[in-house]
Amino acid sequence: MILGPLTAPDVPAPDHREALDLRPPRNRVSARAVRYWTVRASAGWAVLGIAQAVWLVLASGGGAWHAIALVVTFVLAAAHVTVMPRWRYAVHRWETAPGAVYTQSGWFDQERRIAPVARIQTVDTERGPLEQLFGLANVTVTTASAAGALEIKGLDREVADRLVDELTAATQADAEDAT
Amino acid sequence: MSAEGAAPAPAAEAPWRRLSARMLLVHPVQEVVRAMPALFGLVVAGSGSGQGGRWALIGVALAIAAGTLRWFTTRYRVTPEQVQVRRGLLRRSLRAVSRDRVRTIDVSANPLLRALGLVRLTVGTGLAERGPRGGGVRLDGLDARDATGLRDALLHDRPRSATPGGLTAPEAVAAETELARLRPAWLAYAPFTLSGVLTIGAIGGFLLNAADDVHLDPRHLGVVDRAGDALGGVPLVLAIVVALLAVALLVAVCSTAGYALAFWGYRLTRNPGGTLHVTRGLLSTRATTIAERRLRGVELSEPLLLRWAGGARCDAIATGLGAGRGAERGTTLFPPGPRAAAAHVAEDVLRTAEPVTVALTPHGPRARLRRYSRAFAGSAVLVAAAGAGAIAGIWPDTVWEGALVTVPLAAALAADRARSLGHAVTTTALVARAGSLVRRRAMLSREGIIGITLRRSFFQRRAGLCTLTATTAAGRQAYAVADVPADEALRVCDAAVPGLLDVFRAG
Repeated sequence: MILGPLTAPDVPAPDHREALDLRPPRNRVSARAVRYWTVRASAGWAVLGIAQAVWLVLASGGGAWHAIALVVTFVLAAAHVTVMPRWRYAVHRWETAPGAVYTQSGWFDQERRIAPVARIQTVDTERGPLEQLFGLANVTVTTASAAGALEIKGLDREVADRLVDELTAATQADAEDAT
Repeated sequence: MSAEGAAPAPAAEAPWRRLSARMLLVHPVQEVVRAMPALFGLVVAGSGSGQGGRWALIGVALAIAAGTLRWFTTRYRVTPEQVQVRRGLLRRSLRAVSRDRVRTIDVSANPLLRALGLVRLTVGTGLAERGPRGGGVRLDGLDARDATGLRDALLHDRPRSATPGGLTAPEAVAAETELARLRPAWLAYAPFTLSGVLTIGAIGGFLLNAADDVHLDPRHLGVVDRAGDALGGVPLVLAIVVALLAVALLVAVCSTAGYALAFWGYRLTRNPGGTLHVTRGLLSTRATTIAERRLRGVELSEPLLLRWAGGARCDAIATGLGAGRGAERGTTLFPPGPRAAAAHVAEDVLRTAEPVTVALTPHGPRARLRRYSRAFAGSAVLVAAAGAGAIAGIWPDTVWEGALVTVPLAAALAADRARSLGHAVTTTALVARAGSLVRRRAMLSREGIIGITLRRSFFQRRAGLCTLTATTAAGRQAYAVADVPADEALRVCDAAVPGLLDVFRAG
């Protein structure tokens, strides 16, 4: 915007803009989120693994198949628990600019969301019991669209609080009807 | 402060008003009908002691009393800021809706209400219609004229002078322009809507259930038996063809009846006070009023059969109006009818033809490939399952041979889905088209976009594609431009919401 008047008038600027890719948001989430995601995923797999182990012990016939199933579960769990949290940490990012909030989330499937600050309706933080243990918090930024919420998961608690204060202040400065 | 043109004329102190006194005839009937299962239970339970009739009479009396009480305990008023409704005798409730939150007004009447000149008025707000606070307020049983006045007062921004006698200001009514009206010939599109399938399904399900309850085997029914005998003598193929034709005819008749019930008397008008007004219905009538400043676009949809018949329908994308289903949805701007007429209504409503006529940019070969790979994946799963069944000897060979039929069907579907994909950004709107079984062309006002989502699945990243979704407070809440090349997605985003991405660009 500021560079507008400086460009030579004969440069066909708009047509070349697509060459400039959208960069990822600047800030990573807390590094502790990796451990949190690992623990959470392990807990989920553990439930399945224990159920299968019980099944293996109780069922008398077809023990070989049960054992194979348990091994398969273990291999999948190991792969998921090692790959997912690191991949997710590499993807999960966020950034706020004066005019907009920008988030990136996911791992296998990825999503980038951008919402203009003028359209923000509420900013919430939320912490589950396990997240509190790791000192983490989630920030949810909602707009008037039921499909438009931006979520930043696995933020450091202080960072989350600061972000909420900052966004709330910015939103209040802009008091138009956000629908 | 806007003066009320119609009957509820709140001065500084708005008086509390009751529903129409004629509701004293309706509420008791409604309560009795609602209590019918319980009354039936009373009769059955009491029949042992021979007192069933007496208990049922007491039940009816209670229901009538409850219905009468409802009228005495419900009051409403319109203050300069709010619409308030007070309810209840023991558990009193006061619901208030801020007048500047009013998005839509729905006036409906079933045959009973119509006979008495009454209507039910529902005030829709931008809030979702769920949750404990709910959406808006409903006034069940107003005089039709009072309702019209209330509607005009609540939705029309322009303050109107109150006319003596408290009737609706006549100049506003006269100035309404008609945008469309049902032509009886459009009934020919009804069979292609397939709405009859649902009706038949519901009736069929009900009948089978009822037959099951009284331990009746449909195979022992005379009609079915005779039909079976008549078809028993003819070759199987012919029998199947006859049965299919019969079902198709039944669906066509039911669809046409449903169409007439829902859309007879359809009329779309624009009031200079800034509202669009849709009236329709044969027995039960429905009139929806949408504030134009809440309108965020329109959507043209063409279900496959209707598309083959050259038809389309048109719906409003407005805040306070969710995307409902079937004839129940309040978003209808144009019923299933000729495509050209539907497009014309879309242009009139948008006040510009550009979004409707603009040539769409196709999504290219990689998006097409994805349509095929997804369709074939579905059909491959079917064939593999059927094949496995055949090898295991569970199913006869005809099953997997039948599954093979899905392969050309999948190809046709994929080709059509790829053809449907397209998008454009005009001076006012983001246009996105997709779908085959129901092809939808959403024309979302650029001002209505309140966020952007760029989604890339693992396979989309490999193909260099991306799904751009514009979120909005209206209609479906999110409108997607599926599988566009990543640079094109950014270009669309820049054109639709200029400047939003600028700070987040590389370099």
